[in-house]
Amino acid sequence: MTHRMLLPFGAAPVFTPIRQTRVLPGFPLALGYTLVYLSLMVLIPLSAVFIKSASLSWPEFWAVVSEPRVVATYRLSFGAALLAAAINAVFGLMLAWALVRYEFPGRKLIDALVDLPFALPTAVAGIALTALYAGNGWIGAWLEPLGIKVAFTPLGVLVALIFIGVPFVVRTVQPILEDLETELEEAAASLGASRRQTFARVLLPVLLPALLTGFALAFARAVGEYGSVIFIAGNIPMVSEITPLIIITKLEQYDYVGATAVAVVMLVFSFIMLLAINLLQAWSAKRTGRNR
Amino acid sequence: MAVAGVLHGRIDARRYEANAATRESPWVRRLILGAALTFFALFLLMPLIAVFAEALRKGWLTYVTALADPDALAAVRLTLLTTAIAVPLNLVFGVTAAWSIAKFEFRGKRLLTTLIDLPFSVSPVIAGLIFVLLFGAHGWFGAWLFAHDIQIVFAVPGLVLATVFVTFPFIARELIPLMEAQGREEEEAAVVLGANGFQVFWRVTLPNIKWGLLYGVILCNARAMGEFGAVSVVSGHIRGQTNTLPLHVEILYNEYQFAAAFAVASLLALLALVTLGLKSLVEWKARQHAPADA
Repeated sequence: MTHRMLLPFGAAPVFTPIRQTRVLPGFPLALGYTLVYLSLMVLIPLSAVFIKSASLSWPEFWAVVSEPRVVATYRLSFGAALLAAAINAVFGLMLAWALVRYEFPGRKLIDALVDLPFALPTAVAGIALTALYAGNGWIGAWLEPLGIKVAFTPLGVLVALIFIGVPFVVRTVQPILEDLETELEEAAASLGASRRQTFARVLLPVLLPALLTGFALAFARAVGEYGSVIFIAGNIPMVSEITPLIIITKLEQYDYVGATAVAVVMLVFSFIMLLAINLLQAWSAKRTGRNR
Repeated sequence: MAVAGVLHGRIDARRYEANAATRESPWVRRLILGAALTFFALFLLMPLIAVFAEALRKGWLTYVTALADPDALAAVRLTLLTTAIAVPLNLVFGVTAAWSIAKFEFRGKRLLTTLIDLPFSVSPVIAGLIFVLLFGAHGWFGAWLFAHDIQIVFAVPGLVLATVFVTFPFIARELIPLMEAQGREEEEAAVVLGANGFQVFWRVTLPNIKWGLLYGVILCNARAMGEFGAVSVVSGHIRGQTNTLPLHVEILYNEYQFAAAFAVASLLALLALVTLGLKSLVEWKARQHAPADA
């Protein structure tokens, strides 16, 4: 690998064998096991969704996935997820900024607790948020007199999706901020830029790929989220029902084909997001010179 | 996010605040800090406190009674059993996948890495659905399984499969960047000196990756114990038999036994806190063992 990189561009490595000799043992066994396990646990089960949905003709498939009640769930799931990811991008950036740049009491503890949504089971988060934002809850009791109802409304879905998305933005932006050389800002300041100009013209362009990656990760996760949402959403058809819940509802009515058709729509979206996130991460790595 | 990233180490924030070029005016600082801390308190801290406050609202007696309930204990046992099977399976996979991806060159490596991450982008509900489609009564293998009196969905094997699926990438994605960063010179030296494959892994690779491995196991374990959506689809919700802890919380909550639901939930919240504590500890250890130039 190293000697090949020393060659000028376009030059063929003369003495490098086409098949690299492998010094380390275990390659066929390790790769073989990896592929078999991946196929058995992930690829074959996932393909079941596509094969099952193929039993529907195209008009039948379309009729299921464009049913008004199902379309209403897309609007809520995708809309609330997009809004939650945007809110997380703004406040996640501020939180990452505060954790890296400011010294304040409890900084280490807050830094550790940012990962809470990764560690706390979603069902626990769901009932805790419901208790907080219900009319008699600590926060709900303040909001209700102002005419803002959160629990059992689409707003509740938004709150749950904000909760689960917090770590994505913070944890993608934080390492980039930590690695940032202060020379950049010093140069900008010495050339007469105001702090706001430095942020907008120097810092934001460097942070943007990571910020967008965090946004995309939070968005992708929020669209598929189930556990933390169903308790606080109230699950009223056409109003506060999310797409994953429609799949469960159809399953409980033994409508396997219908459930599978909606699942295909969600999976296709997930694959597109996965591709987008990969491209964003490659862009981010190029911009900042980091590998990951 | 990963141990590999943590090795860079946290830099003292004071050096930014002492530098006029990297410092905000006091009111901007106050605004950013205020907004960040309010956001943190509203969305992270208060839900955590609410779990414990609600759990103890009716007093210690109700709390202890809820935890000592036979159905709750059965749920604890089932959660431990499922995790004890799922985590080692993904541990072995994580190590073999990282070994082949990080130590060897082959075509399709990037695709393989992406496919390993796939379960993270699939909704947990779909993770449950796929196993119902395969092994449910009307699934591909449903009739065969019924004829041979084997139950997968609505039984422990289904719970294990769903848990393995949702926690699939945790350990592999922790190890791949770590082992890639370490290169293969040390292992190659060991082979040249006459070590066999097992010795190379046990004496050279494992000591180098132990903190990353532990980190992955901790995260994998937390998710395995707390998974709700996927497990909910394949469980069948039979009390005392196929109810894991998160599902038991849901049942109690839907029966309006709020104090009991939060009591069981507080166990899971404690698990989350222990997870975060161990995670910070491993990050700290990994930083101590990192080379000084990192």
